[in-house]
Amino acid sequence: MNFTLKVWRQKDATSKGHFQTLEAKDVSPDLSLLELLDELNEELVLKGEEPVAFDNDCREGICGTCALVVNGQPHGRDYGSTTCQLHMRMFKDGETITIEPFRSAAFPIIKDCVIDRTALEHVIQAGGYVSVNAGAAPDAATIPVPKEDSDRAFAAAACIGCGACVAACPNASAMLFTSAKITHLASLPQGKVEAKRRVRAMVKAMDEEGFGNCTNIRACEAACPKHISAEYIARMNRAFLCASVS
Amino acid sequence: MTLDSKIPGGPIEEKWTRYQRDLKLVNPANKRKFDVIVVGTGLGGASAAATLAELGYNVKVFCIQDSPRRAHSIAAQGGINAAKNYKNDGDSVWRLFKDTVKGGDFRAREANVFRLAENSNAIIDLCVAQGVPFGRDYGGQLDNRSFGGAQVSRTFYARGQTGQQLLLGAYQAMSRQIAAGRVKMFPRREMKDLVLVDGRARGIVVRNLLTGALERYAADAVVLATGGYGNVYYLSTNARGSNVSAAWAAYKKGAAFANPCFTQIHPTCIPRHGDLQAKLTLMSESLRNDGRIWVPRQKGDKRPAAQIPEADRYYYLEEKYPSFGNLVPRDVASRNAKEVCDAGMGVGSTGLAVYLDFAEAIGRLGREGVSAKYGNLFEMYQKITGENPYETPMRIFPAIHYTMGGLWVDYDLMSTIPGCFVLGEANFSDHGANRLGASALMQGLSDGYFIIPYTLGGYFAGNKLGKVSTDDPAFAAAEKACAARTEALLKVQGHRTANDFHRELGNLLWENVGMARNKAGLEKALKRIPEIRAEFHADVKVSGTASDFNQNLEAAERVADYLEFAELLTRDALHREESCGGHFREESQTAEGEAKRDDDRFCYVGAWSYQGEGVQPELLKEPLTFENVPLATRSYK
Repeated sequence: MNFTLKVWRQKDATSKGHFQTLEAKDVSPDLSLLELLDELNEELVLKGEEPVAFDNDCREGICGTCALVVNGQPHGRDYGSTTCQLHMRMFKDGETITIEPFRSAAFPIIKDCVIDRTALEHVIQAGGYVSVNAGAAPDAATIPVPKEDSDRAFAAAACIGCGACVAACPNASAMLFTSAKITHLASLPQGKVEAKRRVRAMVKAMDEEGFGNCTNIRACEAACPKHISAEYIARMNRAFLCASVS
Repeated sequence: MTLDSKIPGGPIEEKWTRYQRDLKLVNPANKRKFDVIVVGTGLGGASAAATLAELGYNVKVFCIQDSPRRAHSIAAQGGINAAKNYKNDGDSVWRLFKDTVKGGDFRAREANVFRLAENSNAIIDLCVAQGVPFGRDYGGQLDNRSFGGAQVSRTFYARGQTGQQLLLGAYQAMSRQIAAGRVKMFPRREMKDLVLVDGRARGIVVRNLLTGALERYAADAVVLATGGYGNVYYLSTNARGSNVSAAWAAYKKGAAFANPCFTQIHPTCIPRHGDLQAKLTLMSESLRNDGRIWVPRQKGDKRPAAQIPEADRYYYLEEKYPSFGNLVPRDVASRNAKEVCDAGMGVGSTGLAVYLDFAEAIGRLGREGVSAKYGNLFEMYQKITGENPYETPMRIFPAIHYTMGGLWVDYDLMSTIPGCFVLGEANFSDHGANRLGASALMQGLSDGYFIIPYTLGGYFAGNKLGKVSTDDPAFAAAEKACAARTEALLKVQGHRTANDFHRELGNLLWENVGMARNKAGLEKALKRIPEIRAEFHADVKVSGTASDFNQNLEAAERVADYLEFAELLTRDALHREESCGGHFREESQTAEGEAKRDDDRFCYVGAWSYQGEGVQPELLKEPLTFENVPLATRSYK
């Protein structure tokens, strides 16, 4: 297969960026998109040019590091995939593929396609945990948890913190990310104790980091590689309202 | 140098209790006067950082990723063992201990393994309290599954994302401490050197990966939780960034490196597709609970799986090991896969794969039932291969997955450098020559939540440590050496990329120091590695500068370390003329082709001590005694 890649290049946070065109010839359909970028980078290095900077790590869709907008969509058009799970067989032979970083004011560009997602850390630090110290836990079987609650907690906790929801949202809202953590913990008896304080603190942190608000477009849900449901945003809004008036 | 493991006296079930009873403590008000550096934020590092901060220590945490939540523990799929005996099937701390010692093929330290089994239950308690959403049944009780190497169901799981959920638990506990100001987090920092003052670990030099600048940090102790070295093989199931460099830096500063040849090949990975492949993907071995492994009985049978009748299928694990069947330990499963493929019965386009078939499980549990247990794994397989495992059997093949070897530590988890502690996969301690499934998560969290908080306190209370600042000449010297190494690499401007050298090294190791090893192959590798290293330093091409965000330079420096470390790994494999666990020497096997240990000559931990550039490292031996689990030949038949 042959492809034309248009890749975002930007020296640093303050420089102006541009697209660079790279040609890829005789590409195996079994190659992943990031493996193709690796290969193109090898060629650039040997030519004495700077390779394209892009973040990646586990290459199996779980660490949440890779964060590319592929052909206009965060993580590309394959529903439920991270960037690293895209394989060339998913593209058309001869296709032009544009590659750029997730874009959001809260995610400044560091270099080329690498972004700074520290804002998401601050949202978790505001309250995305259960306040229990090592040594203070009762036996794990003490409190039975209804399977529906436990399953919902798991589904919400599957978020990998990649930030695709923010990149997909026209408002750059982080409400899918934030509501997933709130729903995860509030679904379990262990997390209910601090639920009110948590939702207030995390929503506040989210606002302070410069993320926008939800206007029910649900592009976040469509872009999410882990099928995190926008239903959690409604749950978070309800919890926030309850916590604010009680 | 000699190795003192500092194992407490008394019967095995009392050792840890006695240790805790006799431990010197640091007064709560004094804890804030101690600074601790933690490098790495996987299960070991994050849990240690959180717990030490909860106790009141000042903790500085470093990771190479953009967020501590991305450490490679996140990718562990299957589960975590604990001796809860919730299933009433005869489990106990003793049984978990025995299974782990036996699974490790009698090359782990009994006292450490017993402590690990003792801690296992408290880990589950803490994780549930943190909100880790373990799988539950309809009564709301915690569910368990069984895993390779055990005959009880003791594995707690969160679908196929147990590592993710446990890591997020530890990450969140650490985030709470960051918010409280007790942990200071430094992401995108790579440890380049360990700094010793008066013979003790007192700080580190890191590269700020954003700016390229070298930075110095001082502390009263340094905790390394930097993971394993599987990527020395180039292709492994590790994340691309996982590396040996921090551990290697500690080795070169005097920390002995134990059993580097104990590497684990995981039996259930997705087979490789070609030369440009960047990594291999693991499918959790929990799949072996319900999947049946087979190959065509006929060599070169190219029929599609569905057209091969039952009688023409060779369920080799079930036939050879009737009592454990598909659940034999990882090393046994891997070697058998290699054997049938070497015999020409392998499947797929490369012939380097075997089937893992869920047809029977789908019949028994229904498609829904299988999906509830393994849905995300099936999805992942389909994304990578383009095949639907509900309809055609998966193809799997072994790949490098975990490394049991690591920096040598005593019972306190302290390396041979005073003040330098090592946790999780980065140390060598608990898994012997082979790690059982669902034991890595247990060990990382046991080390971080329940061991280091005690032993580190003991170190602080028992030693007078003066104040050290980053102005100490030792920091300047370390920083200068780091800068010089980087400069030398950038100056070469040769004709090959670092990645190209890495691939060559990986192939050499996989062929000669892989699943089955022999003297000739090991000697060949031992001769070739220094040659590749010399070629690397003469002909590598690294782009960019040292004062910039430079991923190409990051990778090149890691490859430089692999090229040194690979030699130690090979040397260790050559010296250990026995087969045990993941280390299979072809010269040492039974008539049936099973691994044959040589307890008379090799019942010890082999720890290598650095003696300087170009000098042979010294081999230190810690004899292993087995008083509670009698030395026996492992048999899973």
